[in-house]
Amino acid sequence: MEGKVSFLPATASAYAGEMNWLFAGLIATSVFILLLVFGLMIVFCVRYRKGSGADRGDRMKKTWRVEVAWTAATFVLFMGLYAWGANLYIELHRPPLDATDIHVVGKQWMWKVEHPGGQKEIDALHVPVGRPVRLVLSSEDVIHDFAIPAFRIRQDAVPGRYETLWFTPTEVGDYRLFCAEFCGTDHARMGGTVTVMEPGDFQRWLDEQGSTESLAQEGAALFRQFGCSGCHGAASTVHAPPLEGLFGRPVPLASGETAMADDRYIRDSILMPRAQVAAGYPPIMPSFAGQIGEDELLKIVAYIKSLGTKERPAR
Amino acid sequence: MTTATFTGKAEQPTRGAQASYLTAEGFTLRSWLLTKDHKRIAILYTISITLFFFVGGAAATLIRFNLVTPPGLFQPDTYNRLFTMHGIVMVWFFLIPSIPTTMGNFLIPLMIGAKDLAFPRLNLLSWYLFVIAGVLGLVAIFAGGVDTGWTFYTPFSTMYSNGYVVLALAAVFVSGFSSILTGLNFIVSIHRLRAPGLTWYRLPVFCWSNYATALILVLATPILAITLALVAVERLLKVGIFDPALGGDPLLFQHLFWFYSHPAVYIMILPGFGVISEIVPCFARKPLFGYKFVVWSSIAIAGIGFFVWAHHMFVAGISLYAGLVFSLLSYIIAVPSAIKVFNWTATLHKGWISFDAPMLYALGFIGLFTIGGLTGLFVANLAFDVHATDTYFVVAHFHYIMVGGMVSAYFGGLHYWWPKITGRLYPEWWARIAAILIFFGFNLTFFPQFILGYLGMQRRYASYPPEFQIWNVLSSAGASILAVGYALPLFYLGWSLWRGKKAGPNPWAATGLEWRTPSPPPPHNFDVTPTVTRPPYQYRPDPEPQDV
Repeated sequence: MEGKVSFLPATASAYAGEMNWLFAGLIATSVFILLLVFGLMIVFCVRYRKGSGADRGDRMKKTWRVEVAWTAATFVLFMGLYAWGANLYIELHRPPLDATDIHVVGKQWMWKVEHPGGQKEIDALHVPVGRPVRLVLSSEDVIHDFAIPAFRIRQDAVPGRYETLWFTPTEVGDYRLFCAEFCGTDHARMGGTVTVMEPGDFQRWLDEQGSTESLAQEGAALFRQFGCSGCHGAASTVHAPPLEGLFGRPVPLASGETAMADDRYIRDSILMPRAQVAAGYPPIMPSFAGQIGEDELLKIVAYIKSLGTKERPAR
Repeated sequence: MTTATFTGKAEQPTRGAQASYLTAEGFTLRSWLLTKDHKRIAILYTISITLFFFVGGAAATLIRFNLVTPPGLFQPDTYNRLFTMHGIVMVWFFLIPSIPTTMGNFLIPLMIGAKDLAFPRLNLLSWYLFVIAGVLGLVAIFAGGVDTGWTFYTPFSTMYSNGYVVLALAAVFVSGFSSILTGLNFIVSIHRLRAPGLTWYRLPVFCWSNYATALILVLATPILAITLALVAVERLLKVGIFDPALGGDPLLFQHLFWFYSHPAVYIMILPGFGVISEIVPCFARKPLFGYKFVVWSSIAIAGIGFFVWAHHMFVAGISLYAGLVFSLLSYIIAVPSAIKVFNWTATLHKGWISFDAPMLYALGFIGLFTIGGLTGLFVANLAFDVHATDTYFVVAHFHYIMVGGMVSAYFGGLHYWWPKITGRLYPEWWARIAAILIFFGFNLTFFPQFILGYLGMQRRYASYPPEFQIWNVLSSAGASILAVGYALPLFYLGWSLWRGKKAGPNPWAATGLEWRTPSPPPPHNFDVTPTVTRPPYQYRPDPEPQDV
């Protein structure tokens, strides 16, 4: 982030290192084609300029052979580049199972970050070096985009849904964080710093934040406050699906399909309960859309997630 | 051949062989505003889009001015309105109409040996719709502006923006009907009004390119119209379509918008391919290399262009599989574009090349389009795009195509056919200086933006971190050279209207039917309907024009 003239961004994650190779490959291909096209153009323009004595006899006859040759060559080259990029993109969609989940909420014009231990920060993200982190992005208003050039990644934060993004930082340091989707007046100021720390320093930082409750604990309080426990609680007489042991497992739906109980499924079930009804349960749950903010929602999701490891009670 | 016009007067013999379209209907404003002559309508369009080019250019100048210092010189809201205005004006009021409505209108009937387009009245109506749309757009700008960006992304545009969004939507909506009428006219004219002997494979590539463009105009524009109408409905009536708070889906908007707006990129560039395919053989004095490949690559681009739209959405929240498919299709559509570049280059081989201004623009086009196309391979690449989308890398990429490519082709074509349109020659040296200034000014403006984008400067930023300043200053310096380059033709072309040498019917010794009639052409183009007996571009090294 220093002020000197730079040509390339910092490389601060394992993925960014792989991206550097892809970038080099794309540059090499482009330079090759550029030299070929520009070289031929310049040679032809000089050699066959009007008035030059160069030989113009014996012009090419079977031009379709040339056409087929260069079409095929271009096609094969392009498919190679495609496969390379696609391979890395698939990697971006496969977060490791041991990644730490950090929730990020975008709103005009700030990023609010909530760590699993309940620590909160604004326009800043502290992460430990060498450990995979999965960001769960949401937005309270318009579309934003969480971009970290030093990690070569970004993802839109879309209102009404969760999107995820993961990385494993490899270099300690401060890196810029931007909003990359135009979101109104102060779009350009909606950014901050990602700080990658040694694990020990990171733990100290977490402790210094003075958080009293973890996200899941805050979520448990909200779970009671919004009356969720009235139906989903252990003592309930209402026929509602139990949430213990739910997270991360497939849920059979009334429609005959199966849904994976991930962040998005839980969130959608709270806001749009009629969309994916669990098989064997009447569709009686009311929608909480408009009553729960993104901030509260992610805590309730964190709570339900924390129930995922518990044994399912017999009912 | 069927006659091109359906008016009674059109059948009268022309008043004296000397009267050109510029003089035959008289000099009154009324004679221009009520004309049904495709050539006069082309002039009306040229004047209109030139005005918009300088309005959009003024916004661009202020944008580059703002970005000279990291904190920016304008208030963020002012800046946001400037880039929105630049985008809307340049896309819908310059680039999309640019070559089709000016050179396309003027030249297609001449190139196919017709007296006019198939529907002269619709042609005039199309211009009036364009003017109405333009006025609506200008009213939106001067009433206070719009801050959504030209992409109108929801739910920002429907629920959060405080600009004159609906007025701007209305402007674009109306301009769409103008596009559709022009497209319809071209398709019918090229099918029905070709001169005897002018088979499809004897058509100049300019006609083929505009034909492919017209197909996209007619098929894609209605989607834009309905999409913008839905945005207006949600904004005005609060009906939930795109806003999730009302039960809508914001990605639905992006799918619909890019389903038009990606084909629209090809609306902007295909006519440019046509112009370059006319200029290169003429100044290389050689037939176009691989005519059929050039023709069919245009049609392929127009077709595949409808199936690549979601490559604008790789980080927007589409599924992994959608990303894989759309990236693959985007690489496939790059193949026909590459074929064209190879064919133009091969046309130079063993030619007798001269370097008049149109050829300088054409060579500049090939160079800049190649860079734009190659960086297209970067942004079509899934992993690379995750890093580069919505940065200045993308901004630089599409300006290489749209400005380096399309605007160079527009200027190249304008110089090439200027003698035909006005009957006068432009001053050659001034034109060459402008072409070279534009080429270097362009590269200085936009090449630093590739570096900026890869470093991480996001687009639509009114202010930026200080480490990006050096590249922004270079870019702004380039923009001032570019501005001079674009302003120069206004003066020397204007001067040539009165003082330029008389051109004669065929100053470039070019093939093509448009050169077989006087310059400027008579109102009905040809005294005798021409008959075509040979393929196009039968150029020989000697300067004698070839028979057609």
